[in-house]
Amino acid sequence: MSTSGGVVLELREVTKAFGEREVLRGIDLTVREHEAVALIGASGSGKSTLLRCVDLLEEIDDGDVFLDGEAITDPAVDAVAVRRRLGLVFQAYNLFPHMTALENVMLGERRAHGATRAEAEARGRELLARFGLAGREDDRPDNLSGGQQQRVAIARAFAGRPRALLLDEVTSALDPELVGEVLAAVRDLKAEGMTMVIATHEMSFAREVADQVAFLHEGRIIEQGSPDQVLAAPQQPETRRFLRRFQGITQSI
Amino acid sequence: MPSSRRLEREAAKRRRHRRGQAIAALSSVVVLGGLATLILTSPGWPEVRETFFNWEVFKDSFPDVAKAFWLDVKIFIVAELAILVVGLVIALVRISRSPATFPLRALSVIYVDVFRGVPTILLVFLIGFGVPALRLDGLPTDPVVLGAIALILSYSAYVAEVYRAGVNSVHRGQRDAALAVGLTETQAMRHVVLPQAVRRVSPPLLNDFVALQKDVALISILGPLEAFREAQIIEAQTFNFTPLVAAALLYLAVTIPTARIVDRLGGPEGAVR
Repeated sequence: MSTSGGVVLELREVTKAFGEREVLRGIDLTVREHEAVALIGASGSGKSTLLRCVDLLEEIDDGDVFLDGEAITDPAVDAVAVRRRLGLVFQAYNLFPHMTALENVMLGERRAHGATRAEAEARGRELLARFGLAGREDDRPDNLSGGQQQRVAIARAFAGRPRALLLDEVTSALDPELVGEVLAAVRDLKAEGMTMVIATHEMSFAREVADQVAFLHEGRIIEQGSPDQVLAAPQQPETRRFLRRFQGITQSI
Repeated sequence: MPSSRRLEREAAKRRRHRRGQAIAALSSVVVLGGLATLILTSPGWPEVRETFFNWEVFKDSFPDVAKAFWLDVKIFIVAELAILVVGLVIALVRISRSPATFPLRALSVIYVDVFRGVPTILLVFLIGFGVPALRLDGLPTDPVVLGAIALILSYSAYVAEVYRAGVNSVHRGQRDAALAVGLTETQAMRHVVLPQAVRRVSPPLLNDFVALQKDVALISILGPLEAFREAQIIEAQTFNFTPLVAAALLYLAVTIPTARIVDRLGGPEGAVR
């Protein structure tokens, strides 16, 4: 596993509260080039908020987020330009229902990255084919299965050639038999060297694909390290408790 | 070969269906027949038939009323297009969150409150007689134009609220996804939120247009010879109300097709079955 690349994303002392509720209470995290970092933790531990803050969909209260060394959370920075350098995949896909699969993938290329129609269409078709969706280009999202929709969403996020891809529990809304095809798409991106932050509940997948695992508990990363360290030999009692409970759930299914 | 249980079920289903149809037919005959009997046997019916449903008067007046109705259609089409645009602009101003648009936003709230709150007939009156009384150069004095402006002002307030409800009904995740692929707020509205909102509100929008089609008759109080006014004039000459019934039929000829389109857009729930 390569950890030698330069730093792509860095979070320093990031805090975020919604009203009285403190969701992030000082997050420090470093993501290097070609690295995949898995964020694990209970629902409500702040995984989604962390990703949304990095993509500037939420404004952080304190601390800094750096993308390639630039403090993107500086209020003077143009958020739109930053989002064009990142990709975000949502738990509930959030495809545009009035557009076909191809149009979903093309929209950002056309309107945000200044591609011509022909360029955007060529890239859209290429990406859909790459994620196993050749022949579904003209389907609307509601004609696609959950797994297909999420693969369109991954293609859409990837289309803008992001520096880093943020994946927010991309398999949580899927029927169990559809999870595999989406994880295969993520695995494919990892093999290509995509830098990724992956919020996930799929522990075996985290172990397989992640270079680092960070355990989020009540808005703090309380344990971090290689998958073998964090998932197989956790040091913190909270991590142990979380993993034990998680295994219990997995086994009872 | 279907099983006997299945044949039994199908037979029972057919029986239920036939019984339902029989009940619907019977209740229609009873209700409509009862109403018809009540009206046709009422003591005043012969006079009512003579003054409201006189075939000779209908034949004579219909061409004139129909010609006047053409003005209604023209006013309606122009007003409808203007309302779609003005309503959208007001809705977008009201939705916008930029500090620079604060005064416009406040104005749009006042606009909707005032023009939705004043009876349309009063608005037609105030604008139709008030604006020319100012005797300012450049302001329109044609009652058709002034009447149409009054309708546009009134209906744009309603339509703006319909648009706004539509925009608010589009899930926030759609805007987030649009921003995440690198669109600006304006582009997200234009390419992602608005197309979905407009699709969603087209049934209530058309519903408002059915109302507008009828309210064009309010312009008659300013004098233009549209269908209702023409019918009133003939009525005054002949002492017979049949021309008004002719006008009513003409309004129905445009409002009913529109209502069927509304049903179709709203899905099968709205249709009579």
